[in-house]
Amino acid sequence: MYNYLDFEKPVAELETRITELKTTMGETGSVDVKEEIAGLETRARDALRELYKSLTPWQKAQVARHPDRPHCVDFVKGLIDDFTPLAGDRKFAEDEAVISGFGRFRGQSVCILGQEKGNDTESRLKRNFGMARPEGYRKAVRLIELAERFAIPVITFVDTTGAYPGMGAEERGQAEAIARSTQACLNLSTPLVSIVIGEGGSGGAIALATANRVYMLEHAIYSVISPEGAASILWHDSARAKDAATGMRITAQDLSELKVIDGVIPEPVGGAHRNPDQTIARTGDQIDAALRELSGEGRDLKQERREKFLAIGRNI
Amino acid sequence: MNWITNYVRPRINSMFGKRDIPDNLWIKCPETGEMVFHKELEDNFWVIPSSGYHMKIPVDARLKSFLDDQWYERLKLPSVPQDPLKFRDVKRYTDRLKEYRNKTGLDDSVVVALGSLEDLPVVVACHDFTFMGGSLGMAAGEAIVTGIMKAIEFNRPFIMFAASGGARMQEGILSLMQLPRTTAAVDMLREKGLPYIVVLTNPTTGGVSASYAMLGDIHIAEPGAVIGFAGKRVIEQTIREKLPDDFQTAEYLKAHGMLDMVVPRHELRPTISRILRILLKMPPSADRAAIETDVQDDAASATTTEKPAADQPAAA
Repeated sequence: MYNYLDFEKPVAELETRITELKTTMGETGSVDVKEEIAGLETRARDALRELYKSLTPWQKAQVARHPDRPHCVDFVKGLIDDFTPLAGDRKFAEDEAVISGFGRFRGQSVCILGQEKGNDTESRLKRNFGMARPEGYRKAVRLIELAERFAIPVITFVDTTGAYPGMGAEERGQAEAIARSTQACLNLSTPLVSIVIGEGGSGGAIALATANRVYMLEHAIYSVISPEGAASILWHDSARAKDAATGMRITAQDLSELKVIDGVIPEPVGGAHRNPDQTIARTGDQIDAALRELSGEGRDLKQERREKFLAIGRNI
Repeated sequence: MNWITNYVRPRINSMFGKRDIPDNLWIKCPETGEMVFHKELEDNFWVIPSSGYHMKIPVDARLKSFLDDQWYERLKLPSVPQDPLKFRDVKRYTDRLKEYRNKTGLDDSVVVALGSLEDLPVVVACHDFTFMGGSLGMAAGEAIVTGIMKAIEFNRPFIMFAASGGARMQEGILSLMQLPRTTAAVDMLREKGLPYIVVLTNPTTGGVSASYAMLGDIHIAEPGAVIGFAGKRVIEQTIREKLPDDFQTAEYLKAHGMLDMVVPRHELRPTISRILRILLKMPPSADRAAIETDVQDDAASATTTEKPAADQPAAA
């Protein structure tokens, strides 16, 4: 039923056995089997809880990249009414790695931005696996400026391995596009709330995550470089990704401790993909709370955001 | 003990012991392979005289060659947490830092200087590539923020000499946070109406190009400098194609609209002075022709009388 990760093997075995028994029970329906299933279900639940209580950073990286994990489109579908996608950077192209548009969040007009990785071959190719090109960031700038003009808050869902490392992307100024997007985030005077829902990959992530409030899902990761990238540069061995993941402190818990993010949104036992609806609802509640807090009278959100980032690292 | 240990060994020891002459008196031009005597190279601002190849230049030599009277005041920079993540790869990060401090005589990769450019007071920040690849961590980020604040305080233009492989992995997410931090500082400079000139030198990539190095009012690059977001190798692996030879060079970037001009090192002083004076609506420097000749002479004599801080050529 699920795509199990390697470290979930004990749970996978129990759950496979449960499924088998349930199929058998469909034919016989004996009391003994029912009891056995109930016992196994408790064991599986406990095993899963135990496992997810103390995930290593590398295991979290795998959960953050889980193919069944809810993606940006799922959060938009679950939280935004009247979502109206808007396309194009007005300069060169439309970049479908970045979801962009306006809609209503619990009745309030909002601007939505986020990277979308896709969930099957076709959508992954269309979304370029969530790796934006310069056009994606320039489109983000355009929408942020539009939100500014109409005094509309911006919500971003961050989920990317990183900005796309391609020839065309470089020629068209990937670095500049990222820098301008970060700058646009910093200069917005309406509330900006970011949620790292899966992978926060380096510059490609910060370009959309320079927000008044930044939250991470419990098993999301956020890093200056992928653990694999760091391993191959620092250890000359990409197999040391596990060590890089631990050493670089990439988990939501680490970032909370380093005061880089404002909070951690709990995931269901077994990860967001075990109960996407619950994950999305909790995320919605967090966004709601943040927007309420930020919408107070007389606040200079641009100044606050600037000071918030300047304070990072000075306060640890 | 015999006559050999008593008599011969001291002579051999003295022969080998006295070799405190740098072992890199001759420097090879990476382009033509020509061997150039180090003195000749230093006198020519680390530009190979015959080929015009721009070698990496130590920060002290850079600042002296750029500022009036080869004089600058180094700004005292705030201290930042050392090794906030307690990071180690094949080496402990603290050991690495010590090593580079000993080797370069610098605290970290960015130096901020106060000085004058053809009588116009300026603040200059300069990366030293020999310090951990000029990488951007908390110290470098804080240096840039401090430099910009100083420029605002003294109402001076800010000039950035970038040379960096990107964010410093050993400081993880705290390095990535230097992207929005420096961007916020650049915005503050802009709001004060002060010019921000970026000189992109070889190489400027990763997180540095994706933030302050691509947010200048004017972008100038030195000939042949490699400038980009992703590394060439990463791109080749992603697209599985060979990239053009001039890919990501200053000239290539200029052709793709990312730079205002490509200027040889010898001409940076008059060029930037001229731009600043135009932007600030100041008259041209008193007797520009005379000053320019003067500058060349002064700078040449500077490098013959004073040795650069780091007494070895940068790696090519």
